[in-house]
Amino acid sequence: MSCKSRGAKENYVWHGFWGMQTVSCVGAKSNRLYTETHTHSLMQINCDLREARSDQTNICNTRRLALGCLSGRGPSLILSAQRGVTPQPAQKRTMERSASVELPLEANATSAASSVPFATVRSRHSALVRVTHWITALCFVTLLVTGIEILISHPRFYWGESGNVLTKPLFQIPIPASRKTVPTGYGYVLPDQNGWSRYLHFQSAWVVVLTGLLYVISAVFTGHLRKNLLPCKGDVSWRAISAVAAKSLLLRRPSEAEAWSYNALQRLSYLFVIFVLFPLVIWTGLAMSPAFVAAVPVSVELLGGQQSARTIHFFVSVALALFLVVHVAMVIVAGFWNRVRAMITGRGTGMERI
Amino acid sequence: MSNVSRRKWIKAGVVAATGVAGLGAAARIAQRYGLIPPDHGGIYGVGETLNYASYKLCTRHSLAREFSPSQISKPPFANEIAPLNDAYKRLQAGGFADWRLTVDGMVDRPTTFSIAQLKSYPSQSQITQLACEEGWSYIAEWIGVRLSHVLNLVGAHRQAKYVVYFSIDLNWWDSIDMGDALHPQTFLAYGMNGDDLPVGNGGPLRMRVPRQLGYKNVKFITRLTLTDSMKGFGKGLGSASPEGGYAWYAGI
Repeated sequence: MSCKSRGAKENYVWHGFWGMQTVSCVGAKSNRLYTETHTHSLMQINCDLREARSDQTNICNTRRLALGCLSGRGPSLILSAQRGVTPQPAQKRTMERSASVELPLEANATSAASSVPFATVRSRHSALVRVTHWITALCFVTLLVTGIEILISHPRFYWGESGNVLTKPLFQIPIPASRKTVPTGYGYVLPDQNGWSRYLHFQSAWVVVLTGLLYVISAVFTGHLRKNLLPCKGDVSWRAISAVAAKSLLLRRPSEAEAWSYNALQRLSYLFVIFVLFPLVIWTGLAMSPAFVAAVPVSVELLGGQQSARTIHFFVSVALALFLVVHVAMVIVAGFWNRVRAMITGRGTGMERI
Repeated sequence: MSNVSRRKWIKAGVVAATGVAGLGAAARIAQRYGLIPPDHGGIYGVGETLNYASYKLCTRHSLAREFSPSQISKPPFANEIAPLNDAYKRLQAGGFADWRLTVDGMVDRPTTFSIAQLKSYPSQSQITQLACEEGWSYIAEWIGVRLSHVLNLVGAHRQAKYVVYFSIDLNWWDSIDMGDALHPQTFLAYGMNGDDLPVGNGGPLRMRVPRQLGYKNVKFITRLTLTDSMKGFGKGLGSASPEGGYAWYAGI
């Protein structure tokens, strides 16, 4: 996420973390490592105002984070810290407190600040994010393909309640149709694929909607939403966002820092997809169902009619397809296999490039 | 095996067992309340069953939206129809005076009705939309007799679960559950926009099921059969549609 921290002394970059797992093995030789991890984690935590609300939670998180790092199973230390950073008094206090209840830590915490990051396997995506991601990806592609198949049986769009070949269309997509009743200007008719396409479209819709609900509910309860999706305050300014956007548009490879969380632009686009486009595409899809609108007439009336719902459904689908293209392009720019592996195994090994 | 992994296995086992038991119970309840569509088998059966079951649970008594006369599609639309067979043409030449609707199956009094007889029953009208699975739609005024009225006349058995209806076009038949059959907006339609039902729209007699898509609204109806099982009708999938790859339930 690369939240630039606030305050004059805190000129380091930090990364979000989540998916902490408690791990029981900590080697005897690891005390020093532990200290370092611990220190930086505290910095990370304390530089986020939202995180700093509860010291007790921080200690707890930090401890788990640190333990996880050591065993190579949890998220890890994350540091592209600049030199010369010293913990703030508050951090020191917290550290001492945690130290007293946990492992025999080395007292000199400040030494950690200038240390070089060590290589370790780190957790990038939680199991739930990974599973829901790939189910969604599969359904997304299925819905897109079957949606196109359904679309080509009548590639004309209307506004209002009803529309047919005798009605003036709002616009028409210049492709041949799979029905000879549609005047397309082409001399041939594509094969009809609507039967299985409709079956599969709705089946995928069920799967992706249930998966999406699971994702959103768990994102709220695990803190994924707050930590990884809601942007930091300082990141939501035109300057900050345009800087990220410019970098993305130039297809610059993101910094190592960004390998461990989402940047502000990513956060905003994910939020837009999850909380605007997905609900809208579900709503407009349901508003085309004669049974659903019989039960909930307002669902289609708000949209201006069944044909309006279909037209909006089309545009939202186009927006989602564009998101897919940009998403995959950004993954390629960032290092395709590294990112895909992280989304499959949950682990990133991003240190090799430092 | 360490404690952690044993605990994991036990946990997974409990979750799996609960899941299987839950699914089994859900399937039994669904069967009991008629939430399983005839075409529930095959790779798309899960989605089809979810569509049908949620429709039955949530929207069963809701009424299709009705429109004002000013919203009737102009010009009136009629989708292309397959070439009509000789039997139809003969009846058409006679002004459909000899058109008959036979109602049989699980009824007390199997009966044959003429169009004139159907018109003598209380006439109903609705201005509703007919939407095709392809994406187009039109709004029209439909005039006819409620299917429930005819089913009462013939004495439909309580055990009947489906009304199967056949077109004079032998390849076209479909079925609806009793909930839809007794729904106040389900018509045997013989008129449209204040006139007789045009041939292009299914005249002289068409099934009108406004909460489902166009293809459930079979044209040129000649026979209704009440049954408690779709086995024995075609491939047992509920209608000709699933045999052609389309869903039996067409409310979405």
